[in-house]
Amino acid sequence: MPNTLNVQGDFPILKRKIHNENKLVYLDSAATSQKPSSVIQAVDNYYSNTNANVHRGIHFLAEEATEKYENARKKIAKFVGVGDPNQIIFTRNTTESINLVARTWGSKFLNDDDVIISTEMEHHSNIVPWFSLVQEKNLSLKFVQITSEGKLDIDHFRALLKLNPKLVAFTHMSNVLGTINPVKEIIEMAHEAGAITVVDGAQSTPHFPVSIDELDADFYAFSAHKMCGPTGIGILFGKKALLENMPPFLGGGDMIKKVTFKGFSANSIPYKFEAGTPAIAQAIGFGAAVDYLSTIGMKNVCSYEKELTEYAMEILSGINGLHILGPSAVDRGGVISFTLDHIHPHDIAQILDQSGIAVRAGHHCAMPLHEKLGLPASTRASFYIYNTKNDIDDLKEGLFHVQKVFS
Amino acid sequence: MDDLYREIIIEHYKNPLHKGRIENSDYTFEDENPLCGDHLQIELRVNADQKVVDAKFDGQGCAISISAADLLLDSIIGKSIEDLKALSKKDILDLLGIELSPVRLKCALLSLKVLKAAVYELQEADDDLIQK
Ligand SMILES: Cc1ncc(COP(=O)(O)O)c(C=O)c1O
Repeated sequence: MPNTLNVQGDFPILKRKIHNENKLVYLDSAATSQKPSSVIQAVDNYYSNTNANVHRGIHFLAEEATEKYENARKKIAKFVGVGDPNQIIFTRNTTESINLVARTWGSKFLNDDDVIISTEMEHHSNIVPWFSLVQEKNLSLKFVQITSEGKLDIDHFRALLKLNPKLVAFTHMSNVLGTINPVKEIIEMAHEAGAITVVDGAQSTPHFPVSIDELDADFYAFSAHKMCGPTGIGILFGKKALLENMPPFLGGGDMIKKVTFKGFSANSIPYKFEAGTPAIAQAIGFGAAVDYLSTIGMKNVCSYEKELTEYAMEILSGINGLHILGPSAVDRGGVISFTLDHIHPHDIAQILDQSGIAVRAGHHCAMPLHEKLGLPASTRASFYIYNTKNDIDDLKEGLFHVQKVFS
Repeated sequence: MDDLYREIIIEHYKNPLHKGRIENSDYTFEDENPLCGDHLQIELRVNADQKVVDAKFDGQGCAISISAADLLLDSIIGKSIEDLKALSKKDILDLLGIELSPVRLKCALLSLKVLKAAVYELQEADDDLIQK
């Protein structure tokens, strides 16, 4: 097993010095990942050489832009194990993808008194869109509980399925606890109960191989910016039969087949859901990001991060007064949230920042989960391919310093 | 760096002088900083001249918000309610003796916001803070 994937040189930002002469120790990739040169260049090259609108012109650049844009869609489909790229819709991010499902599938197919299920470990983006529907349609929203270990309580889920839910929305991996959920099993159970599934893949697609067709997910959402890609671009995967029966999301250019003074007919998928000029440069950058990750190999990404996470769990749990949230290293991804006795997460993050160590402090867009854990906030260190064991040693030293400041 | 975590701030965080509750308080208010999940309650007792004779806070927060609350309450003993209305952001920063980023400023100002809400109507307190 390599001690590092040797990719640090691919990420220009890692040369940046923070607060004078501190090297950057970036431990906030769960919020957003850094970008390799190949992605930055793909975006730059698009603007410098190709820039034109897609699906609209018959001039050279318009055709080249369209081809690159559609090529990105194909690469991304392949990367996440989707056979038919028309099931890949470009959105702005995971949040917009989930809202799209709620606003289109949800508003057409959910009715008074229907039950939908989410879980206690969701990011706000997989709770709030459902709450909005609940208020409009008089639905009932139930949350699958988590166990004391920070895993989904499958028995509780089984009990909730007796309510005949129409939809089950859950995360592949928790951005706070690091828990990786048994997605295939959950989808199977939901399908048996007659529900469709919406999987939040914001933390999974960046970190391990995902095959959406194999999982049999009905909807699957993820963001480019957490997986080496640009901000402003994300994906909603939807099964063809579902997408075709859904009303359009936003109305305007590109999403129509025909418009008359009497009305409009919607375009075929995926364009039906891509109104207006899309984020072309970002889509192409996303294509470059999946190329980059494929070159490393997602199996290698996964096993390298596993090794890092195990090391970090061992180092951090050796610190007096430090408590790690979530399951043991076996069932988790490279996200470690923790508390430190008598020291507020803000203070931890701020003091670490002074030596160039970037972590996240707060509720990480999971307030209900923190309420469940009885915590106002936590501190989170998250890892990606460019992190090394040295970064974790730096974190350890940083935390000792924090404790010293408060001693 | 440890400027931000000057001894005085750590000291007031670890051993606050004004942490606790007042029975039969004359003024009380609580509020939170939703961004951090911090929560703060302030209670005051005044004498016949409307001068503060006792001030206490309770709640949870970071070192900046707790020490700011403690320093603030310590500075208002003996002051009139009218004096409290005149307090500004600058007074807090002077008490702390540090400069703060916009995010941490929210932490530092939570206690002032709660104090103003206790002596004013809530709505006015926000307006007042923004103006000053
Ligand atoms: C689990 C999870 N879901 C959803 C999101 C939202 O992603 P985005 O902000 O890209 O929409 C995030 C990231 O913050 C996340 O970690």
